[in-house]
Amino acid sequence: MKVGVVTFPGSLDDVDARRAVTVAGGEPVPLWHGDHDLRGVDAVVLPGGFSYGDYLRCGAISRFSPVMTEVVAAAGTGLPVLGICNGFQILCESHLLPGALIRNDHQKFVCRDQRLRIENNRTAWTSAYDADAEVTVVLKNGEGSYVADEDTLDRLEGEGRVVARYLDVNPNGSLRDIAGITNERGNVVGLMPHPEHAVEDLTGPGTDGLGFFTSVLRSLVG
Amino acid sequence: MARVVVDVMLKPEILDPQGKAVHGALPRLGFEGVSGVRQGKRFELELEGELTSARLAEVHAIAEKLLSNPVIEDFAVHVEEHEGSPA
Repeated sequence: MKVGVVTFPGSLDDVDARRAVTVAGGEPVPLWHGDHDLRGVDAVVLPGGFSYGDYLRCGAISRFSPVMTEVVAAAGTGLPVLGICNGFQILCESHLLPGALIRNDHQKFVCRDQRLRIENNRTAWTSAYDADAEVTVVLKNGEGSYVADEDTLDRLEGEGRVVARYLDVNPNGSLRDIAGITNERGNVVGLMPHPEHAVEDLTGPGTDGLGFFTSVLRSLVG
Repeated sequence: MARVVVDVMLKPEILDPQGKAVHGALPRLGFEGVSGVRQGKRFELELEGELTSARLAEVHAIAEKLLSNPVIEDFAVHVEEHEGSPA
């Protein structure tokens, strides 16, 4: 199973994301922002970082990169796509997911081990988790505050599209403690915390993040 | 040549932590009586040739598609007269 990981100029976590795919038992395929095809991958990860220096708005320039044209088209036909942190911002800018991510309400960059509840384990990226599983993964962001209008938030909640919610503390001011959401089909997931930094005991707060990567491999086999 | 200015501001209901930080700094500097600060972006677009209504419509499209995110931001477009240009 091939999982593509896109590197944009300014991506930081592409190497960790590729490693997480390997640890989960998949084959990572590096993709470049200028690529015009997805090299036959079965899923795509948009990693964290500061693509295009966060110029204009986080993810605003990346959205128009050649590879994103391919990702948006493939997502429309069901390709599993996971956007982590900056990747989540890119998915919102691409309109693959509703809402937007703005500067943390407390104005500071936050970096911590964060507890989450996985509230939807029916997506391509969360099926390996038990219902309402509580996990701890790394969180690090400066512009991670999820916002959307009330109608959109109600719709996300009503349709079970809040994939992950912050527990204990709301680290960035996200409305309704939302840490991650999915599209109607459940193949596109955006997540502000970083599961790819929690896949091995040697580094990070544990291996709770591995489930995102084993989930997609399982969904591809199934 | 024409200069068209696009101002982009966070929607009123969207929290602006940067504006809040600037606002918070004012009393420390001895400036009183400012009840609020909102921070936005200003883009100056230099256009070639005549400024037609079609070109202006294109600037609106640029503002909507790239310069602003309609989920969180509003934008305003205005044409700026060049210095020294005939009135």
